[in-house]
Amino acid sequence: MLSFIDTIVQGILLGGLYALFALGQSLLFGVMRLTNTAHGDFIILAAFAASSLAMAIGLPAAAAPWAALLLLLPLSFGAGYALQRFVLNGTLGRDPLPSLVVTFGLAIVIQNALQQIFTADPRSIESGGLNTASLSLSAGLSVGVLPLLIFGAAVVLTCGLQLLFDRTDLGRAFRAVSDDREAAEMMGIDHRHVYALATGIAFLLVAVAGTLHGMKTTVSASDGPALLLYAFEAVIIGGMGSFYGTLAGGLILGVTQDVGFRIDPGWGIWSGHVAFLAMLLLRPSGLFPRTR
Amino acid sequence: MALLRTRRLEAYYGDFQALFGVDFEIDAGEVVALVGANGAGKSTFLKTVCGLLPAPRDAVAFLGEEIGGLTAAKIVRRGIALVPEGRRLFPSLSVEENLRMGAYVKRAGPWRLESVYRLFPRLEERRAVSATALSGGEQQMAAIGRALMGNPRLLICDELSLGLAPVVVKEIYQALATLCHDGLTAVIVEQDVAVAQRVSRRLYCMQEGRITLSGVSGELTREQISQAYFGV
Repeated sequence: MLSFIDTIVQGILLGGLYALFALGQSLLFGVMRLTNTAHGDFIILAAFAASSLAMAIGLPAAAAPWAALLLLLPLSFGAGYALQRFVLNGTLGRDPLPSLVVTFGLAIVIQNALQQIFTADPRSIESGGLNTASLSLSAGLSVGVLPLLIFGAAVVLTCGLQLLFDRTDLGRAFRAVSDDREAAEMMGIDHRHVYALATGIAFLLVAVAGTLHGMKTTVSASDGPALLLYAFEAVIIGGMGSFYGTLAGGLILGVTQDVGFRIDPGWGIWSGHVAFLAMLLLRPSGLFPRTR
Repeated sequence: MALLRTRRLEAYYGDFQALFGVDFEIDAGEVVALVGANGAGKSTFLKTVCGLLPAPRDAVAFLGEEIGGLTAAKIVRRGIALVPEGRRLFPSLSVEENLRMGAYVKRAGPWRLESVYRLFPRLEERRAVSATALSGGEQQMAAIGRALMGNPRLLICDELSLGLAPVVVKEIYQALATLCHDGLTAVIVEQDVAVAQRVSRRLYCMQEGRITLSGVSGELTREQISQAYFGV
């Protein structure tokens, strides 16, 4: 019984990380129907950037990753804004192919550039023992402090993003542009700027996800596509256009993977994919489609 | 000086020419109707003025400044608001959120949520529901209210009566008459010539992308208008 609870708890915490991977993707899809196939590679890029910054800052290991993240956030927002404004806006249209091809190309460029600069060796962000610290909940059941922190971040960011969408001028502009771009233009909304802001925000999430992922485990230059797949599965399971759905999707993915792992170590990732396929079969629109 | 003036305005969809040298003007405080059959070019004309279709810089002047070819977002910030054909409310926004979108341009003026609700009390009752849950008439009210929220100098209404019951059309035009009485400048595009003549001071008639008739609404005869309307 205890081992069952443990499996679920660890799965939920893992799911928090997947939700973090997926939130940025969910935002871009919700606002502009853009599928960024380089999303996972941008997370890895952010992890490498955070790792380099953390080493360059020269603070104690317990503080360095957080300082690096603080520095990375504005850089990431700017990079996302510029990427959308000067590259991706030109690929959007009725045809989804150009944006897929361009982001796919970006993915290859990022993977190879990272390999060129940082070699193929995996690396991790030194966090001064945070990644091994744990809290004991009861006899035989303990959770890692860092996974708990990641889960908390996922919940807070999901709620924050949903509030931004539901309650603010910018959120209304996001939804209006998503509904009817031409009508939004007639309200004085410059969709190119609004799209760029959305990507900027998605890249803030990418920076957080990359840094936390790099602190939790090792990352290597070719990890991106796997992360993209998890992000994708979480978004689809949760339903397009709902951030709460994306969080739920991430948690479901995490729990199924962890349950699979407990049954047979070879089944973990596989059972996540099976859950995803089952969802596509039974409820192709996901759990909470379009409930903003 | 005219509030809005177009000079030899032409518009194209690809190789297809939709407007041929349209000269149009409206003074501040005036209500001008634009009538014509389906495909006469009325909507194309409005879209070109509002920046949704390209236009030469000097073909459109608003408040004495050349605005042809500016983006729709820039033109609405200068004070031209369009109530589009088919309303085009945002389905994932509530009624009140739709109205707030109209205020996105943050132009100063008398129109705020309260004044729109005073004009259309039914919208206040239904402020929290999705825009798609409204009746056709209420949707049209919301679309007019949304355009007013931007405090425009010029309001352009495209086919207000389309798909609405006659009694609702009457109600909408009564509200519009109140607005015009208070000094609003408006271009009204309408298929119903009698309605157009009644609400406007001057009238333009379009046919096949050209202005075929213009004059003071009350002085034009039925025959003149149907001649210009159908070309028979």
